[in-house]
Amino acid sequence: MEVGELYSSEQLDEAEGEQIESLKARSQQPIPDPDEWLEGELKRNILLTSVDAMLDWARRSSLWPVFCFPACCAFEFMTTAASRFDISRFGMEIIRASPRQADLMITAGTLTWKMAPQVKRIYDQMAEPKWVIAMGACAISGGIFRSSYSVVPGYNRIIPVDVYVPGCPPRPEALLYGIRMLQQKIAKMSLVTRG
Amino acid sequence: MTVLSGEELAHQIEKKFPKSIIESSPECLVVDSGFLLGVAAYLKKTPRLDFDYLSAITAVDYLDYFEVIYQLTSLRRNHSLVVKTRCYRRDNPSLPSVVSLWRSADFQEREIYDLFGISFEGHPNLKRIVLWDGFQGHPLRKDYL
Repeated sequence: MEVGELYSSEQLDEAEGEQIESLKARSQQPIPDPDEWLEGELKRNILLTSVDAMLDWARRSSLWPVFCFPACCAFEFMTTAASRFDISRFGMEIIRASPRQADLMITAGTLTWKMAPQVKRIYDQMAEPKWVIAMGACAISGGIFRSSYSVVPGYNRIIPVDVYVPGCPPRPEALLYGIRMLQQKIAKMSLVTRG
Repeated sequence: MTVLSGEELAHQIEKKFPKSIIESSPECLVVDSGFLLGVAAYLKKTPRLDFDYLSAITAVDYLDYFEVIYQLTSLRRNHSLVVKTRCYRRDNPSLPSVVSLWRSADFQEREIYDLFGISFEGHPNLKRIVLWDGFQGHPLRKDYL
């Protein structure tokens, strides 16, 4: 049928029918799966490893951070998560608003004693296994606010910290390096030692 | 926005509340704390002044006395005024609350109570707001360590 020609709905149906019949006639055999470059053992999908290595690989390759950004380090975290530094290269682009779906807390910011019970509660709500990266001077020690009457001198007063990333604020590269360090730490975990 | 002169207003207020003004300058008015509520109501309710909006309250510790500063605005007449009052007691200082005139005073008076320990008589819910219940002392006082 030519474009611009007057046509009826019967003619349209006919054209559609022809197209379907033609595709069906050409598609009687399945197309082979593209796997010609796989050979030997890999083709039969056999890999040998230990349970620990397998679990640790799975855990460290898909860390899901929870929202815990009480102050300005959060902006460096946002940069780290955005396209330029791209945290998703490490399997963690999904930042969860619910602690129940997260296993990593990146503590980006100064913590006051008034806020501390809430942060501890978020940590407690995260399912095991879980890890904490203390991001920035305030998270490590209270930073310049350490001697203040209202600031927690380091998150490790209320929750256990796995990796400390110094800086005020740390550059995104530093945070990514800290994340790589945490992944190396997780790689050495054993099922038996941490409950 | 026009900034009203405290000096000019002082004469007008003195006529209605004698001896209520401690100091006045083009920038501000310092009102005796005993007259604070009366003067505040006058500033709000006099049609020509019409201070219907309290922008902010803050306080300063000058060691000899506490000064509480009220920044008033009239949205209808587009003018503003700074009113101050002083509190000379360090143990248990107290001032009248202006919440009954301007609701925006509620949280800010609580903040001043929290950080300076000045209680505002007549406040409907005077308790700490920034720090937690059970905190010892008032951190913005100069002698707080």
